[in-house]
Amino acid sequence: MSTASTASPAFELEFERPLTALERQIAQLEAQSDTEGYDISAEVRQLRANHTAMLKKIYASISPANVVKVARAPGRPQAIDYIRSFVKDFCELHGDRHFGDDRAIISGFGRVGPHKCMVIATHKGKDTRERIACNFGCAHPEGYRKALLKMKLAEKFNLPIVSFIDTPGAYPGVGAEERGQAEAIAVNLREMSRLRVPIVSVVIGEGGSGGALGIGVADKAAMMQYAWYSVISPEGCAAILWKAADPVSVAKAAEALKLTAQDNLKLGTVDHIIDEPLGGAHRNPATASDKIEKWITTALRDLKRFKVDNLIAKRYQRLRKLGQVGGE
Amino acid sequence: MSQSPSASSQGVPPTAASLAQQYPPDAPAPRTLAQLTEAGKRSEVPEGLWMRCPSCEAMVYRKNIEQNLNVCTECDHHFRIGADERVEQLCDPGSFEPMWEDLTPLDLLSFVDLKPYSERLRGESKKTGHRDAVLCGKAFVKGRGVVLAAMDSRFMMGSMGCVVGEKITRTIELAIETDLPLIIVSCSGGARMQESTLSLMQMSKTSAALARLDSEGGLFISVLADPTTGGVTASFAMLGDVILAEPKALIGFAGPRVIANTVRQDLPEGFQRSEHLQEKGFVDRIVHRKDLRSEISRIIDYAGK
Ligand SMILES: [Zn+2]
Repeated sequence: MSTASTASPAFELEFERPLTALERQIAQLEAQSDTEGYDISAEVRQLRANHTAMLKKIYASISPANVVKVARAPGRPQAIDYIRSFVKDFCELHGDRHFGDDRAIISGFGRVGPHKCMVIATHKGKDTRERIACNFGCAHPEGYRKALLKMKLAEKFNLPIVSFIDTPGAYPGVGAEERGQAEAIAVNLREMSRLRVPIVSVVIGEGGSGGALGIGVADKAAMMQYAWYSVISPEGCAAILWKAADPVSVAKAAEALKLTAQDNLKLGTVDHIIDEPLGGAHRNPATASDKIEKWITTALRDLKRFKVDNLIAKRYQRLRKLGQVGGE
Repeated sequence: MSQSPSASSQGVPPTAASLAQQYPPDAPAPRTLAQLTEAGKRSEVPEGLWMRCPSCEAMVYRKNIEQNLNVCTECDHHFRIGADERVEQLCDPGSFEPMWEDLTPLDLLSFVDLKPYSERLRGESKKTGHRDAVLCGKAFVKGRGVVLAAMDSRFMMGSMGCVVGEKITRTIELAIETDLPLIIVSCSGGARMQESTLSLMQMSKTSAALARLDSEGGLFISVLADPTTGGVTASFAMLGDVILAEPKALIGFAGPRVIANTVRQDLPEGFQRSEHLQEKGFVDRIVHRKDLRSEISRIIDYAGK
């Protein structure tokens, strides 16, 4: 296995700390062999094997709280990275034609595999300036309206919709409220349920509540292996239910909310989990990207086989059956 | 806490049957309006003959307030009311037929915070005489047939989990089947955390049902009462053909405290209140509780089938 696929990224996740010691050791040995000419390849191979084994072990038993950390890791690929990697001939379209152009939402034409489609994504930003410009991926009402406008455009020209979700939630601010954050999300939920083109969505990082669902109503929904999707962030939940902000309470909330991909698959709130490379998408973005592309391509091919009326009926049934009640 | 948090997530998910056994609400499901009303009266706000109005701070005689639709006689402050009282106030006497009252929430996630969810449910059920936070059924309003859902903020702050989502959806579907106008009175803190992503999905479920009602040309009057926030506002509550609000009700997506923490500034005067939303263009009319019946029937006469 190459170093690229196992080396820890520049940022540090606390629960990965045991790995960094090993990585230092490997780097030291390699530097020595370069300068002093010893053959230590056997030793390095052994350390690399240990490193991989440790990485496997850490990720095999990763806690929900740490999944949230991986999903938020600054080096984790964002929608824009996946768009650059496999959406061919991406043609970005801006603005909601009413208020402005919310940078927290990216939208535009593009091709995924053989499919011409409309791509909608939440955008967190790659550097500090960009992150501030798009409010760290928290969309305003004009962002949701921009997304809907482009989705209606897709419907008009019979293009399927691909949505990438990575948001802590819709923006909670004065302007957002005054311009109808709730109304914008609600209208998206209603309209997406009856758009007459296939819709697929992938939660690639954070699936924060209504802000995520606002572009997430779909015929088929997938989640990356280390993404999270929940009604509230673990921090928000801990603050309300545990009345606490300490890491232990937040971890308890993360556990209780059943926010991992496995949990959501069990609950039926997503249909598929896209496996990530060992140690998370940030360790091997190319592999992660290939897997997402493959899932979208297959999902769109399957959905295109349905007559539109059947597609809409099936979508309604999918949404309708979510949730379980007793007493009947 | 009765179980460690990790034990619940690693075990096999419980089945509906096992959960139904685990949660038989102690209170019997009320069947008639009289029983509903009785259940509602048991849990009236602060006890005592006199109470202080939180708005004008006048000491007011409780009985007078109750006889005044729970509106302050001094300043028109609209007190929060339960679903039973709402139904009683809105519907023609004896006309309300409750439906799906047997639907019971399941603790599918085995959710435990400072208290197990199943225990919370039992407590709320005992307190309100209901199994969850919405009352649905058919009724007449000034002689006009309607399908009605009234949320109950006394039950876990009117939060929406699977039962609320399911009952609202059935109510919408009933409106489509019967061609009757749909009225939903919302008052809710939003989606219920204890049912996590399943609660979230009730937002898309109810909104999808409303898309069908809309496509069929059905009328939906959404009435917003204090408070209407979070996932309820961001789904069916904001999708009314006509949106009415009681005076000074808190209406919004994010809670005011969350917003104040984010923007680190004082919030504008009257922010997220009915009057503010009407000014910003998101509420059609602000209606005093005493006029709600006549306003609803007037709109039905204009827009109903
Ligand atoms: Zn008063």
